[in-house]
Amino acid sequence: MFKHESIETNSGLLIVLTLVAISIGGLVEIVPLHYINETVEDVKDPATGLEVVRPYTPLEQRGRDIYIREGCYTCHSQMIRPFRDEDLRYGHYSLAAESKYDHPFQWGSKRTGPDLARVGGKYSNEWQVQHLKAPRSVVPESIMPNYPWLTETDLDLSDLQDRMVALKRVGVPYSQTTVEYEDNVKKFGEEVAKKLDINQAEANLIAQAKAGNYDGNPNNISEMDALVAYLQVLGTMVDFKKFDEDHFIQFR
Amino acid sequence: MATPVKDPLTGAETTGHVWDDSLQEFNNPLPRWWLWTFYGTIIFTILYWVMYPSWPIGNTYLKGIGNDITYKTDAGEEKTTHWNMRALLAHDMQNGAEAIKQQEYLAKVGAASYEQIAQDPDMSSFVRSYGVGMFGDNCAACHQSGGQGVVGQFPNLVDDDWLWGGDTTAIENTIRHGRLGYMPAYSKTFDETQLNQVANYVLTLSGEPAVDAAAAAEGQKIFQGQAGGCYMCHTKEGTGMHAQGSANLTDKVWTIANLPAAETPEAKLEAVKAVIHNGVKRQMPVFGKDGRNLSDTEIKVLVAYLQQMSGGATAQ
Repeated sequence: MFKHESIETNSGLLIVLTLVAISIGGLVEIVPLHYINETVEDVKDPATGLEVVRPYTPLEQRGRDIYIREGCYTCHSQMIRPFRDEDLRYGHYSLAAESKYDHPFQWGSKRTGPDLARVGGKYSNEWQVQHLKAPRSVVPESIMPNYPWLTETDLDLSDLQDRMVALKRVGVPYSQTTVEYEDNVKKFGEEVAKKLDINQAEANLIAQAKAGNYDGNPNNISEMDALVAYLQVLGTMVDFKKFDEDHFIQFR
Repeated sequence: MATPVKDPLTGAETTGHVWDDSLQEFNNPLPRWWLWTFYGTIIFTILYWVMYPSWPIGNTYLKGIGNDITYKTDAGEEKTTHWNMRALLAHDMQNGAEAIKQQEYLAKVGAASYEQIAQDPDMSSFVRSYGVGMFGDNCAACHQSGGQGVVGQFPNLVDDDWLWGGDTTAIENTIRHGRLGYMPAYSKTFDETQLNQVANYVLTLSGEPAVDAAAAAEGQKIFQGQAGGCYMCHTKEGTGMHAQGSANLTDKVWTIANLPAAETPEAKLEAVKAVIHNGVKRQMPVFGKDGRNLSDTEIKVLVAYLQQMSGGATAQ
């Protein structure tokens, strides 16, 4: 009557069967997402047919590294859920396609601070810099810590290419060969493809930092330059005015 | 294999396991309510599988039956689809009671004049509740949540002093098209003496005591003459021009030089000198088309909200 006894008295078997039992939930919920066609939306510019969601430029990607290093994700999520209150506060709900090049993704559910999925372009660079250095100087009721060292620390570029190669291995289409570059030209257009070329990473990063001058100091490329460049691109790649809402509903 | 045994003392069944010679365990059945709740959750699960998107099948999935959602596309076409959060949101934004009410009010405010909004208690309170969210989202980052601004950086919106004009048309323009506040730096034009003279004069304009009265008299000549040309934007009287966004220097309101924080006349003079020396360059972003893309109605709500916030005083 108690067949359990044979399991309970055999710890090896118990471990194996426990793992099988608890894996089922994950397997059933996660694995199919890789096979279901509608999981990641198809977001191509209606006019040009090019992909509008692109991998981060080297500068933005380094900013993202700093975002993760400083633990911004412990208080800020990056996913707007499809609810009316979220739509009204943060803007259009996040698409799966918008974080398809994020490794690791920054969705999160802990919102001590506001969601940042669409913070790009919402504030000026000057505001972002001031706010990161001393949040309470612009938002008195804020409880965010100060990050004054970001403007004073030069951005480390030594392992820039290695970082991009690592991301390429997990599926981010940065290009190393001419063939890969040509693929990117077809997929994203020439202008974007140039920025995704690992061989040109450092030159691209410096050019973007100089042109953007995100931290207000043209003489150096600081960690602040990178972080603000990253924040300013968040949620801005898809121009929702170009799409009928219906397009995104069809993917669910 | 252990066999169930009846415990001689209580008559209850035990599991039959025996540990340490004599330790045994009662085999008490689960309470009925618990067991039936458990069966109930299993039945609920099956209903849920049938009604809502559930099991994956190849590269698609069961989409659920019996609770389709109808929504309108942006193109105006009516569509019905299986239950999903995105369609539900579209439906909610189009048909939800609050959403419809909000759209009605927005349409009403959009069609009304500012006087009508101010006089209608319903529209006023709508503007107050909708506007506080819009202000928090779009304006408070710079002008602060109370609209008090930051001296030296972002103008105060709750006083009666308006750099670019305080009537509704002017405020609308400011929000829609943004503003570029600019005063040239006089670092190259003025030497130290001239800078001191002009700054002394500027102090006297708003009734502050001059640190050096003789210098102030000289400063007046520079201010009102070609040497400085200050009058071209600030006017001969120093009252400023809304068309240029040039500050009125004769009142006690200071938006760039932080005079309220300066305690001594000398400190005040230094603060004014710094502004003249460095000039001013401030930008208010575009919130209309090509900027943050607020609709005309949203801009109207913001203007009406600002009117309420600044105590209704929008006089020029």
